[in-house]
Amino acid sequence: MNFDDTPQEAAFRAEAKSWIAANAPKALEPELKTSGFGGLYLGSVDPMQAAKAWQKKKAAAGWACLHWPKDYGGRGASPIERVIWGQEEGLYAKLSAPFTIGHGMCGPTVMAFASEDQKRERLPPLASGEEIWCQLFSEPAAGSDLAGLRTRAEKDGDDWVVNGQKIWTSGAQHSDWGLLLTRTDPSVAKHKGLTMFFLNMRSPGVEVRPIRQMNDQRTFNEVFFENVRIPDAQRLGAVGQGWQVSLTTLMNERLSIGSGMPTGFPDLFELACQLETPDGPAVDDPAVRAKLADWAVKASGLRFTAFRALSALSKGETPGPENSIGKLVAGSMMQDIAKFALDLEGHAGLLTDPDDAPALAKFQTMLLRSPATRIEGGSDEILRNIIAERVLGLPPDIRVDKDVAFNAIPTGGR
Amino acid sequence: MNFDFSDEQKQLRDSARRFLEKQSPVAVVRRVLEGDEGYDKELWKGLAEMGFTGAAIPEEFGGAGLGHLELCVIAEELGRSLAPTPFSSSIYLAAEFLMAAGSEEQKAKYLPKLASGEWIGTFAFAEGVGEVTPDRIASGASQGKLSGTKVPVPDGEIADFAVVAANTGGSGVRSVSLFLVDLSGAGVTRTPVKTIDPSRKHARIAFDGAAAEPLGAAGEGWSILTNVLDRAAVLTAFEQVGGSDRALEMARDYALERIAFGRQIGSFQAIKHILADMYVSATLARSNCYWGAYALSTGSAELPEAAATARVSATQAFQHCSTNNIQVHGGMGFTWQFDCHLYYKRSNLLALNLGSLSQWENKLIERMRAGNSAKDAA
Ligand SMILES: Cc1cc2nc3c(=O)[nH]c(=O)nc-3n(C[C@H](O)[C@H](O)[C@H](O)COP(=O)(O)OP(=O)(O)OC[C@H]3O[C@@H](n4cnc5c(N)ncnc54)[C@H](O)[C@@H]3O)c2cc1C
Repeated sequence: MNFDDTPQEAAFRAEAKSWIAANAPKALEPELKTSGFGGLYLGSVDPMQAAKAWQKKKAAAGWACLHWPKDYGGRGASPIERVIWGQEEGLYAKLSAPFTIGHGMCGPTVMAFASEDQKRERLPPLASGEEIWCQLFSEPAAGSDLAGLRTRAEKDGDDWVVNGQKIWTSGAQHSDWGLLLTRTDPSVAKHKGLTMFFLNMRSPGVEVRPIRQMNDQRTFNEVFFENVRIPDAQRLGAVGQGWQVSLTTLMNERLSIGSGMPTGFPDLFELACQLETPDGPAVDDPAVRAKLADWAVKASGLRFTAFRALSALSKGETPGPENSIGKLVAGSMMQDIAKFALDLEGHAGLLTDPDDAPALAKFQTMLLRSPATRIEGGSDEILRNIIAERVLGLPPDIRVDKDVAFNAIPTGGR
Repeated sequence: MNFDFSDEQKQLRDSARRFLEKQSPVAVVRRVLEGDEGYDKELWKGLAEMGFTGAAIPEEFGGAGLGHLELCVIAEELGRSLAPTPFSSSIYLAAEFLMAAGSEEQKAKYLPKLASGEWIGTFAFAEGVGEVTPDRIASGASQGKLSGTKVPVPDGEIADFAVVAANTGGSGVRSVSLFLVDLSGAGVTRTPVKTIDPSRKHARIAFDGAAAEPLGAAGEGWSILTNVLDRAAVLTAFEQVGGSDRALEMARDYALERIAFGRQIGSFQAIKHILADMYVSATLARSNCYWGAYALSTGSAELPEAAATARVSATQAFQHCSTNNIQVHGGMGFTWQFDCHLYYKRSNLLALNLGSLSQWENKLIERMRAGNSAKDAA
């Protein structure tokens, strides 16, 4: 057990540090510092432009998607080096938000299942941020119950013809490519009739409609497919193996989400140290301290749990369901922290305009975004089920739908 | 013991519910939420015509002279329907201030207009970040002129007048006095501010030598406002309980309707337990509110403790229920289109607008301790 860098790691860190010092968009630092979770506010600069510019620069110097092989736009770095990079990149990592799904989930799936030519063609522009990807999994009647999806793909010559609807697709409106899970055979059990593809989001018949969220942003979308043609060559994995392929995506989702989930704790700690109560800084109040301490140990527990997972990964073990802990803890923690920050701010906690509100309305933004964290990519309840069933080995819920043909499952009229 | 509302009061609640279901459907709430108008004028007029605004105002001052228990049942329905009106500012605060500290002339001048809804009043209190204390009130008044900036003031843009807390010399609780200020007069500048619940508008009000008429004795401001905030806390707690119940119903209905894994999601124990916990917190809050209502309506010495109890319990319940309502709705709960966020936003507004939860927790324990030592002394 050792937290210190090995000599190679130290050299890598020094190299990363000096490259970042020389190249990072320092002008954005103040805005990045105050950008709350759930929104990137860069003043006059367009966040997407800033994100793409930084990603491109990193890619050109070999600092994009470090753990990917060089041939695919990465650096062939070790998992630990990736963490070191993340630590050094710090604030500027906030600029990577538009690429999280592509880099974290779509890329690894393409890497595992696409042809060599496709990988060489598609992955480098994904790594460099020139192309954005989205994940077209969830549907109106298939969220937690993903395998209940209905978007149909039917074979027609060398193509597949897709009809149906996806929902909650983050970033679809900015995306060039999408990872699409479809139903190719409704007459077999639900998990068995699925097939995965990737498709060009500009294909005829794809329509993207942004959905207004409760925080008044429009980051997720409905995506409609009307006779969209996808070449069979863009199938990932065998026909009917879509569920297994999607598990690769979701396992990587766990890894990418689990390791770096923001909790809001450092921000709250800073607020508590700065905010003056009638009896001195809020951090002097024992009641505030008790809460801070509770969240502090959760935040550090998450951090070190992620370290342990990484150590396992670097020994060649695959990340397992135990990594569900990260999002489960961080999601509700962020919501509680936002509420408590507003509480400390008192009446001023109501204000949402960055010009009026304390900490540039960071916590108000967080309050209105955090409910989504407990739902997206596996709700709290689903994560608890995963921990209980797959980590602890408890018997699963009685399933009425498992071995029934998909088209014979009760649907409640939907 | 009869720890319940009377049949007449329950009838009043039913008629308030019917009225609000018709006059304050979500479409009305959303119109105010999305628009620039400060409140729904039709609804406000209707609330006055129904006699709701004047329920607790004595008949001699143009009210219905019913009492505070009646106001409590109305408040519950206002909370349930998220009614986008200045009811709380005008009635729980301005009217209560006048009834608590107004001279006969002031009562005669203001209360009838408040009862009829013709005038809207509010309370201008907070100025900066964190808990408001006497020494943090920088606004000052002397010789009938008031200067300083208050933010956020509920309904600050639409109110005709405000009760304003200002420093009148010195420090500590005796340094604060209350004033009535005509907000259409000279020396008053109002600007809207954005808040977490845009269905209830707030403003920044800058006073620059505005004409100010004393309300209550000089130096008594802090003690008057402490009492009025307790009264408003009980009434607000009923709004919070009304909102909690509605959020719980929405979650239950969705749990019955939504199918996943071939079954109603309400058949999963995880969901059942969430709903059961919502029910528990809403029920405890309701019971605490009844105690608050009793203390409020009888002028009991228990009011400070009962009010803080109701406030803490109802704040927790509404935040808990509105948060879990979203959770049960999954992705739908995070959309603008579904109504879950309206309750989430309102619950977080009500959690702060009379001072934050932790401040009320402090008050509660202080008051329990004071109550105990008073008992020991007796
Ligand atoms: C901000 C955001 C971004 C998203 N981005 C994407 C994206 O890019 N691509 C994509 O494909 N999807 C995306 N999603 C969709 C997300 O993965 C789903 O919303 C999530 O899986 C929940 O599904 P649902 O919304 O249908 O809720 P439901 O599955 O209907 O769940 C409703 C409630 O029932 C509970 N529940 C369901 N099943 C069980 C069970 N077996 N036991 C106990 N409780 C249960 C849930 O926990 C929840 O509380 C996003 C969602 C959000 C909120």
